[in-house]
Amino acid sequence: MASLITCPHCGTRPKEEFTIRGDASPVRPQLGAAFAAWDAYVHLRDNVRGPMKEHWQHSGGCRRWLVVERDTFSHAVHAVTDAAEFARGQAGGPGPAAKPARPARAAKAATAAKGRGQA
Amino acid sequence: MKYSAFSILKQGLSGNKGWQPAWREPEPKAEYDVIIVGGGGHGLATAYYLAKNHGITNVAVLEKGYLGSGNVGRNTTIVRANYLLEGNEPFYSHSLRLWEGLEQELNFNAMMSQRGVINLYHSDGQRDAYARRGNAMRLAGEDAELLGREEVRELVPFLDFDNPRFPVHGGLMQRRGGTARHDGVAWGYARGADSRGVDLIQNCEVTGIRREGGRVVGVETSRGFIGCKKLGLAAAGNSGRVAEMAGMRLPVESQVLQAFVSEGLKPFIDQVVTFGAALFYMSQSDKGGLVFGGSLDMYNSYAQRGNLQTVESVMEAACAMVPSVSRVKVLRSWGGVMDMSMDGSPIIDRTPVEDLYLNCGWCYGGFKATPASGWCFAHLLATGETHELAKAFRLDRFSRGYQIDETGHGAQANLH
Ligand SMILES: Cc1cc2nc3c(=O)[nH]c(=O)nc-3n(C[C@H](O)[C@H](O)[C@H](O)COP(=O)(O)OP(=O)(O)OC[C@H]3O[C@@H](n4cnc5c(N)ncnc54)[C@H](O)[C@@H]3O)c2cc1C
Ligand SMILES: [Zn+2]
Repeated sequence: MASLITCPHCGTRPKEEFTIRGDASPVRPQLGAAFAAWDAYVHLRDNVRGPMKEHWQHSGGCRRWLVVERDTFSHAVHAVTDAAEFARGQAGGPGPAAKPARPARAAKAATAAKGRGQA
Repeated sequence: MKYSAFSILKQGLSGNKGWQPAWREPEPKAEYDVIIVGGGGHGLATAYYLAKNHGITNVAVLEKGYLGSGNVGRNTTIVRANYLLEGNEPFYSHSLRLWEGLEQELNFNAMMSQRGVINLYHSDGQRDAYARRGNAMRLAGEDAELLGREEVRELVPFLDFDNPRFPVHGGLMQRRGGTARHDGVAWGYARGADSRGVDLIQNCEVTGIRREGGRVVGVETSRGFIGCKKLGLAAAGNSGRVAEMAGMRLPVESQVLQAFVSEGLKPFIDQVVTFGAALFYMSQSDKGGLVFGGSLDMYNSYAQRGNLQTVESVMEAACAMVPSVSRVKVLRSWGGVMDMSMDGSPIIDRTPVEDLYLNCGWCYGGFKATPASGWCFAHLLATGETHELAKAFRLDRFSRGYQIDETGHGAQANLH
């Protein structure tokens, strides 16, 4: 993972200030969409080897949600966009992007406190 | 060649000149009854049990690197059967039983060491959760013991028992759990499969899956086309890439997990101990190095290397659990690519493509599963029927709502 991420609002900052949620590509289906569409949205992933779009939050900075385009093999960061702007730009997207779920780190802390997760 | 104390003595006296390679290096044949993609623990165990349990020996294991170059040679070697849920525990329990007889079975020293696994708890809630887990394990026929603070102190006296934030109240112990030599297991299965006629083909990357009329007929590889009647995928962290060759998307994300080894110390920690206040666990190898690890780096990766932020948090957890390790030097660290499934549990199943079978989703816990995974996957490939112990590991469980979610986190791969 690259050590620096350039936030469109705060400038170039250490990666430690950012918290990942995950893959930004799945788009929430319209209400009433077929069951298969929901299943695919919730469970199935392209699991890209190469450039991938992800939701990160600048949790140690402006706290905005961002879409970071990052290479999953070289770990280079190619582009960073504000998530709201990204959603507006998504061709044929269903309006504002789905609200990202709670940040992974917070949930992870909760897991740790429950003492689960071992290798 | 059978390995024994006698053979070591005999070779020692004759200058060690008579050892044979542990397996052949055959050229791929034009066609096999079964091809397995991936020469990790699961692929090799599958090939072994296909030959041993089902008499199917016209089998090839195709490995893009060398045998054991993937996660089987990168993990922290913990073997345990302390799962909570019904779909999981009988499977891991069977696996542990196979581990117990593995060295005799394979005539190979896998250094299986049942030194015990202790999960520490630091609060009343955690103790209750572990009591429940221990009961579930016992109901499934496994051993589990809830230890109090003083019992843990007797076994592991140097923990930070009186840490004001996370005092150690006790631990859940599985005495039959422990560690095994990870690459030894791969080599043992490889040698066993080879001696029964399985072709182990290294430096052979699968680049395409050829289908005719909806059925698999073979694979394109870096060493040319190889035909097969049935194809089994056991590519761990690369499962998504390989399944894509057959037009499939999986409920899996590839993420990196790191591990660490310290300089060699005198005997210090006898068991595997896991921290309950952060994701952290530690054991000591037979060479004396402390072997430890923590959580995923949390982002998708195929790079087999991790981030310093995770290194720092793992070291912090180490010093929080065992303050005396703060002066110990870390010698090496590395990463492996985990096939993180959407519920944290594995998949052993047929696929919508005829004659294509899938084994993946092992997350950070597939080493302990190696024997049972091979056992059940071989059963599926040989008979076309799901093995009783793997019947919860269906691919369609996600769409049907039968997830096996040990941590209760839902469909967020990096949280399992
Ligand atoms: C740091 C770390 C710590 C871990 N700790 C533990 C632990 O303590 N206990 C535990 O139970 N588990 C642990 N695990 C998990 C465990 O190692 C894995 O779940 C398990 O090894 C995966 O199965 P495998 O051995 O078959 O995978 P692998 O050894 O990764 O085998 C898959 C093989 O497929 C090959 N391959 C991929 N694509 C292709 C292709 N296109 N063509 C040909 N070959 C291909 C790869 O080269 C690889 O050799 C850990 C993992 C890591 C990384
Ligand atoms: Zn910012």
